[in-house]
Amino acid sequence: MTEENAALTGGEGPAAEAAGQEGRGGVTRIAVPEMSLVVLVGVSGSGKSTFARRHFAPTQVVSSDFCRGLVADDENDQAATPDAFDVLHYIVRTRLRRGLLTVVDATNVQWEARKQLVDLAKAENVLVDAIVLDVPEEVAIARNETRPDRDFGPQVVRRQRKDLRRSLGKISRDGFRRVHVLRGADEIEAAEVVTERAWTDRRELTGPFDIIGDVHGCRAELEALLRELGWQVGPDGATHPEGRTAVFVGDLVDRGPDTPGVLRLVMGMVAAGTALCVSGNHEQKLARALNGRKVRVAHGLQESLDQLAAEPEEFRKAALEFMDGLISHYQLDGGRLVVAHAGLKEAYHGRASGRVRSFALYGDTTGETDEYGLPVRYPWAREYRGRAMVVYGHTPVTEPEWVNNTICLDTGVVFGGRLTALRYPSREIVSVPAEKVWYEPARPLAAPGHEAGRRDPGLLSIDDVRGTRHVEVRHGGGRIKVREENSAAALEIMSRFAVDPRWLVYLPPTMAPPETSRLDGYLEHPAEAFAEFAAAGVRRVVCEEKHMGSRAVAVLARTPEVAAARFGVADGSSGAVHTRTGRPFFSDPAVAGELVDRLRRVCAPLMDELGSDWLVLDGELLPWSAKAEGLIRSQYASVGAAARTALPEAVAALEAAAGRGLDVGGVLERTRRRLENAARFRDAYARYCWPVAGLDGIRLAPFQILACEGRATAVTEPHPWHLEMLSRLDDPLIAPTRHVYADLDSAESREAATAWWSALTAEGGEGMVVKPVAVPGGPPDRAGETGSGTDPGTDSGTGADSGVRTGADPGTEPPRRGQARPSRVQPGIKVRGREYLRIIYGPDYTESLDVLRHRFLGRKRSLALREHALGLEALSRLAGGEPLWRVHEAVFAVLALESEPVDPRL
Amino acid sequence: MLLTISTTVRPATDLGFLLHKHPDRVQEFGQSYGTARVFYPEASEERCTAALMLDVDPVRLVRSRGRSTPDYALGQYVNDRPYAASSLLAGALADVFRTARTGRCASRPELAAGPIPLEITLPALPCRGGPELAHRLFEPLGWEVEARAVPLDEGFPEWGDSRYVRLSLRGEVRLADALNQLYVLLPVLDDAKHYWIASDEVDKLIRAGESWLAAHPERGLITRRYLGRRWALTRTAFARLAELGDDVEEELEPPVEEETAAFGAPEDPDAGPAEAPPGGTAPPDGTAPPGEDAVEDAVSEGTALPAQGDPVDDGNGPEAGGRRPLNVLRREAVLAVLGELGARTVIDLGCGTGQLVGALLADPSFTRVAGADVSSQALAVAARKLRLDRMPDRQRARLELFQGALTYTDDRFSGYDAAVLMEVVEHVDPPRLAALERVVFGAARPGHVIVTTPNAEYNVRYEFLTGMRHPDHRFEWTRAEFAAWAERVCAEYRCTVAFRSVGDDDPEVGPPTQLAVFTLGGTE
Repeated sequence: MTEENAALTGGEGPAAEAAGQEGRGGVTRIAVPEMSLVVLVGVSGSGKSTFARRHFAPTQVVSSDFCRGLVADDENDQAATPDAFDVLHYIVRTRLRRGLLTVVDATNVQWEARKQLVDLAKAENVLVDAIVLDVPEEVAIARNETRPDRDFGPQVVRRQRKDLRRSLGKISRDGFRRVHVLRGADEIEAAEVVTERAWTDRRELTGPFDIIGDVHGCRAELEALLRELGWQVGPDGATHPEGRTAVFVGDLVDRGPDTPGVLRLVMGMVAAGTALCVSGNHEQKLARALNGRKVRVAHGLQESLDQLAAEPEEFRKAALEFMDGLISHYQLDGGRLVVAHAGLKEAYHGRASGRVRSFALYGDTTGETDEYGLPVRYPWAREYRGRAMVVYGHTPVTEPEWVNNTICLDTGVVFGGRLTALRYPSREIVSVPAEKVWYEPARPLAAPGHEAGRRDPGLLSIDDVRGTRHVEVRHGGGRIKVREENSAAALEIMSRFAVDPRWLVYLPPTMAPPETSRLDGYLEHPAEAFAEFAAAGVRRVVCEEKHMGSRAVAVLARTPEVAAARFGVADGSSGAVHTRTGRPFFSDPAVAGELVDRLRRVCAPLMDELGSDWLVLDGELLPWSAKAEGLIRSQYASVGAAARTALPEAVAALEAAAGRGLDVGGVLERTRRRLENAARFRDAYARYCWPVAGLDGIRLAPFQILACEGRATAVTEPHPWHLEMLSRLDDPLIAPTRHVYADLDSAESREAATAWWSALTAEGGEGMVVKPVAVPGGPPDRAGETGSGTDPGTDSGTGADSGVRTGADPGTEPPRRGQARPSRVQPGIKVRGREYLRIIYGPDYTESLDVLRHRFLGRKRSLALREHALGLEALSRLAGGEPLWRVHEAVFAVLALESEPVDPRL
Repeated sequence: MLLTISTTVRPATDLGFLLHKHPDRVQEFGQSYGTARVFYPEASEERCTAALMLDVDPVRLVRSRGRSTPDYALGQYVNDRPYAASSLLAGALADVFRTARTGRCASRPELAAGPIPLEITLPALPCRGGPELAHRLFEPLGWEVEARAVPLDEGFPEWGDSRYVRLSLRGEVRLADALNQLYVLLPVLDDAKHYWIASDEVDKLIRAGESWLAAHPERGLITRRYLGRRWALTRTAFARLAELGDDVEEELEPPVEEETAAFGAPEDPDAGPAEAPPGGTAPPDGTAPPGEDAVEDAVSEGTALPAQGDPVDDGNGPEAGGRRPLNVLRREAVLAVLGELGARTVIDLGCGTGQLVGALLADPSFTRVAGADVSSQALAVAARKLRLDRMPDRQRARLELFQGALTYTDDRFSGYDAAVLMEVVEHVDPPRLAALERVVFGAARPGHVIVTTPNAEYNVRYEFLTGMRHPDHRFEWTRAEFAAWAERVCAEYRCTVAFRSVGDDDPEVGPPTQLAVFTLGGTE
């Protein structure tokens, strides 16, 4: 027997829902929702635990006995019952919040006990079923007697049985969706339990979808839009040649000229399986009106009633049945897409309750009304942090706008605006204009950012970055952990010094040096870098000159309007150049602005070529002293000054002592050598210093185009593509990045590249970075969507004016996209020059090479891989149009990882 | 790395007896970080010179410490210790000339007991405060001082002088005293962070300074700097980040207010901009390792040694000379406003080391008090100063301290009668102020917001101030600018504002600190 309780199911689903319990040849089949709370009801000894064990997984069952044991070390200690139930409720609440089917194994024969559980389920917006195990008193008493730990007498069972009997009469009013009653040991023994999917769960549908905004009876515009989208439209149905599925966000009806026509078309599509439709508040109200309930006739309801009155009775009935059966929302495409009329916050996805339905139909309202008498809506989308895209309508806007991966498609067609569709997964927006103003709006349509009444300034929440975090990355695999201590450090740097987070779309990763060289006089040498890549299966590498300056990331938008539209920065700026910790390069905003302006002009042809109105460059800003003068003076020049002052006097004192015939041993010789080292040290840093005034003397050496519209080029394009594209930049501000290619299979090629490095470093160069020629981050996950770059196999060797080129032509081995690469290959290895390393290891490091060779690269290499993966993730999120907080999460994680303790000399 | 001591006493070679080192031998003394050598470049009847040369192996220097010490940084590998006359040299001197320092000399007792003509040379002495400070420290001890600044780099004359001086001292001084003076004063002049930490530094200072320190006019500065070496902290994640950005770490140190009251040194502008970065002469509170309150208290209360005003730090500003420091006046003004508003629950946004939080806790009419700051270091100091671990439960229950940033919305900021932003907004880059406004006035939306900030007009009253009052200030507003900002905030976030002044209201330039009280109504 099943007690149906449709009124309390949140009104979800058709009223004529199939019974959840059916007798089939003596076997009772109980259906419980996949995500729900199941409350077992029965006296002690009725077999609840056995039943639970048989039909549910052990972790799904929470028993009061077990909880009593947890808090008292004794499952029968009745004095511990209140604490035991606290624990039980806590576990149940947590499981339900996490969306897990949960079974409560307790007697639950009293109304109060059941009510607490029902309330708990409703608070978490899940359905709750009861399964009553009703066994004769004698059976229960007999069972208890066989269990030595149940030393209470039969009177306890009798009292519970009385409670149960009293309950059974009115248990259907307790708030359960269904109450399944199993009578007698045999029926209990034979029962089967199955789970049923929620009505909202259509995650198996993967589209592609055309999601269509509020139609409001505008049949002509709907047909036009469908045709624009490639549909073949008939009078009562439509199909798409590519098998696309339409999803309507509700509010098909009211206000417009042809509500019956719209209903006929959509009903036909839904019946034919070419469309899905969620309920809008207008369908809900129209259905109530048609059902004869008292409603206030306003907001265009009259038009629908009049138009439907002219339709045959049969159609009216079908339309009512259709509207009554519409559900609050759908989860689609494996949960990646949620469609609800007024949107839905993440906690409600896939849930069922009156509260969820009300949110989905009416939105999150504050309870206040505005000056037009309409409800004030709470801007839930601004705080939305869910992974699923939420598409909705309900609030007319002039332009659809992405807010944290949510978008409103109601562009007010009935008010003379447009009818808009979103193509999923391509995120393309398609719309057609209204034929006329069909209905005068009660208030003007909201401009973008309507929810705040002004543009959302891109505010981030502390919860986006705080504490220990696991950031998912698509390139390089899995989740990257950020420890709380490192987040805390990054928070301070980020909030005290970093540029606006909307401009901070990337932070460069650290880079590992090669294994230590054994060559006499060298700590680092190209041989080890080549050997490492060769061992990892890399056959071609590019060796790029490592400029000694300060790492710089330049984010450039073509115009301030692009900056506002794409980055949400509306203060008139159109870009930013920041350091590897996210700080602005110049304290003077005028100089910073001038640098951005000049770079925008220089890069305009590049943007044309890329078909993008913005791009992000990775490079090195020269000279080193431009940003680091304070550090150079307090650290490097100071050491040089001390050395060059003290060492000559030490040499003189030692010479005098030696002159007296004292045996000063090798100390004099060594001190003279140190004096020479000090001079070399001074030359090493002085090479990277030159005076600048404003922008005069400043140069930028870009070596990678990190991203542009729709493409994270750092992920999709190989290094030769970047170098070739950048070699086209022609301006005194731009310093070329000299480079050579090396074929690791060829000893000659390796030697040539090594000779190039030797020459570079001999003339004072910092060194070089060796990178695999093929796409660095492994294959992009959806190559078709991220756009196809210039094929490096044909274009790369041409821009020869960018600098020295030796070695073979780079075009001989085009990287194969989608090719699986070993995951632990470093994205790049830096090989620093012998003299440059004096800046890192100290003036006299060449005196103690043997000791310094004991250096440990493991941590640095691991850090380089993790930061690189995070950087690519940030760029992928940016290029994919993901919300600010998603990009910031990955960028912030790079900064946090940088605060991990690693030997700073590596 | 080098120190030479010469004498012209007859016979000059008696210096060997006094130092207990034979003039005709080269003697080596192993140190944990290298080798100390004593040899005599000259040794005649007329003149004898002993040289102490320290051979510092930077690799061994680093390896002799743990990873968590402050030195585990790039700076440690490229540092001046192998060349400069630093604390390492002082330590070696104390070790090598241990007996000479006591003044004992069995073979030449009279010579050891009295002053002899001495000439001491240090070719590269790190001297924070410049040649002038070397004069101030050595002249009162009877030395004729020649201190010449060493240029940073002749190739870049615009960079100016380095922090090193070539120091020569000439005078008639007892050798043991001279050695003890060097032992104490080398680290004092150096004033760097790279030191050992020993537990008996106070004792050592008292012993080495026995005969001369108490009467030295700069004893306050000497004591403070000498003991300041104790403020080494474990390298934090923050420090590692600071370094990465090509920045000098000190510039990034949190703008934590110094405990100024203890030395009678007033407000930041008065601290003398030359020594302005927090953590300059007096150790910032943030650098104290936990569990060292005893020494901090002893020094603060001036019980260890007489602590006198440090002329470098001493203010000549308007607050000097018996007037109450501005930070105290400011705190009192804020407390008075909170009282008038009848606020019961208060959050101090940017609480620093928790001085206002402490004052709020002391008043039982505040039933809930919170302090938030972006610097975990500042919060750690706040927790220590408020003695959080010993606070009674009832009081502890009224208090919350947590890390938060004013450019990130934060639910923990919500639900207070009043929020205080005391000397905070001027530490935010102007382009980021809009985010702060949204976080505080839009999202947190307390009943009232109290904002204090310097009045830039008043800066002309600080005699030695150039630029802004604190190196981390991103701007300082005039009264008109502050008012314009406040009115814009009011228009945007539907609130009203009233202004107050803190400190002397100068008829021409207004008060040193301006204060605004915003009153917000309901939800935005």
